[in-house]
Amino acid sequence: MSASAIALAAEVRSKKRSARDAVEESLAKIAAGDPEIHAFVEVLADRALERADEIDRAVASGSDPGPLAGVPVALKDNICTSGIPTTCSSKILAGWRPPYDATVVERLRAAGAIIVGKTNMDEFAMGSSTENSCSGPTRNPHDHERVPGGSSGGSAAAVAAGFVPLALGSDTGGSIRQPAALCGVVGMKPTYGVVSRYGLVAFASSLDQIGPLAGTVADAAVTLQVIAGHDRRDSTSLAAPAPDVVAAVNRGVEGKRIGLVTELVDGTAPDVAARVRQAADALAAAGALVDEVAIPQFRYGLAAYYLIAPAEASSNLARFDGVRYGLRVDAPDVAAMNVATRTAGFGAEVKRRIMLGTYALSAGYYDAYYAQAQRVRTLVADGFAYAYTRFDGLLGATTPTTAFRIGDRTDDPLSMYLSDTCTVPANLAGHPSISVPFGTGDGGLPVGVQALAPALGEQMLFALAGALERAAPESGAVTA
Amino acid sequence: MSAGDARPRSQPAVIGSEQVAYVARLARLELSDDELTQFTGQLASVLTYAAEIAELDVGDLEPMAHPLPLHNVLRDDEPQPTLDRDTVLAEAPAAEDRRFRVPRILGDEP
Repeated sequence: MSASAIALAAEVRSKKRSARDAVEESLAKIAAGDPEIHAFVEVLADRALERADEIDRAVASGSDPGPLAGVPVALKDNICTSGIPTTCSSKILAGWRPPYDATVVERLRAAGAIIVGKTNMDEFAMGSSTENSCSGPTRNPHDHERVPGGSSGGSAAAVAAGFVPLALGSDTGGSIRQPAALCGVVGMKPTYGVVSRYGLVAFASSLDQIGPLAGTVADAAVTLQVIAGHDRRDSTSLAAPAPDVVAAVNRGVEGKRIGLVTELVDGTAPDVAARVRQAADALAAAGALVDEVAIPQFRYGLAAYYLIAPAEASSNLARFDGVRYGLRVDAPDVAAMNVATRTAGFGAEVKRRIMLGTYALSAGYYDAYYAQAQRVRTLVADGFAYAYTRFDGLLGATTPTTAFRIGDRTDDPLSMYLSDTCTVPANLAGHPSISVPFGTGDGGLPVGVQALAPALGEQMLFALAGALERAAPESGAVTA
Repeated sequence: MSAGDARPRSQPAVIGSEQVAYVARLARLELSDDELTQFTGQLASVLTYAAEIAELDVGDLEPMAHPLPLHNVLRDDEPQPTLDRDTVLAEAPAAEDRRFRVPRILGDEP
């Protein structure tokens, strides 16, 4: 879409443009571009147009449909939509229609947003490239031979290609920020507990958060404000009102102490590191007090993450047993049916993670792997805590490299996992973090800069993100 | 610290195919011989990487299960609407008499 979500909603609310026209534009772009990009696994044209007409009638009758009035939105396909297939890009959930909406879906609708489709993802959000999808990979709109990142790759590509101005994703170890960086869009992971996970199909429950992907920082801020806030149906939801982040975007960073994290720059590719250092200089020019800070604990984050997340996943995915929903492969008894169903229904990466997690939790290895990883999680949180005694916010790369080629890392899971090395610390600590596009690297591919703030520091985070966006060099045009 | 460093005694052995087969059984997955070989190599490489944290001296740190200091989240004990039974059962692979239907659970009498 050409307009930002905020501008579009303003047009719809002031009757300058109909919601139907906005949705038709989005659907036309999807129809023209998505056969190549494959950002969507389901497009809800009829429902979206019906909903658009409702919004237009509401506006005509003098009522205000809300801050996202008429804005087309895409949802990652692990977010439950009542009566609409929610598959997690897995054969085991093919065709499953949830009997309820996720809380974030209810809140988007209540704000006037229009859901136009469900987006492709790595199966059960396990992956960093959207290649682990039972319906095939999504292509990066900037270079169709490259991955969009993952696991929310469909949502990132849908925004980058201009199909929709907004999308939701989920972030367990970087699954919003990493694809946002690789596709040249904004992607934000809220503080753990700020957004309800009711209706999000669980991957690793102590890490998962839902968050926005958008073309601008302000659009991400509005979306966060719409979806955040306490929900009695999610016991991990914080009993706090949604943070007021919209005003923070233009607040500036003058006098703010910003730490450039050594571990989030060193070891990244030269073209990425150069942009991150340029971003740090730009913040200093905008009045921030920028200094480099080492957080050596971060180098152990990835290893801890790849024990903790699979351990939780192995437990969460035990529910896919062929009994209550999704696929069942018949067999003479229940145990054989469970095995046949899971063997046929899960893809290779999901099987790897389930086995890795089962192993890390099994007798004899629990202390050496899982409990040790949980202690390292404390170590990473302590590293953050020390840094935040000196700094208001932190800065680094979102990803070690720009978008890699489709197929390059599929045979070597460890090389794929290393894509998440800059993003996992925020998940381990439960802190908010955002990726903002900051120019391009080699070959004109987008580079994302990551801003971080302490738990519930969303206002600081959006002030930092707004400053980065204003200072950012032009990003490359999309070829889709 | 690289994977080639000498391993202290505390570090667990890297996984072999027998253990992968055992873990697959625990997780109710069946692996072909080719998958067993492939997964064993891949899991060994991930575990070798992950094992670097086994060497860290963090014994005095509390294991962190969760990022929030939430404990015993309670709510008022008030009836709330639940999911519609027929809608839920309509999505089940098999249902009978308003219940989930499954194959035989217990074996034949010996």
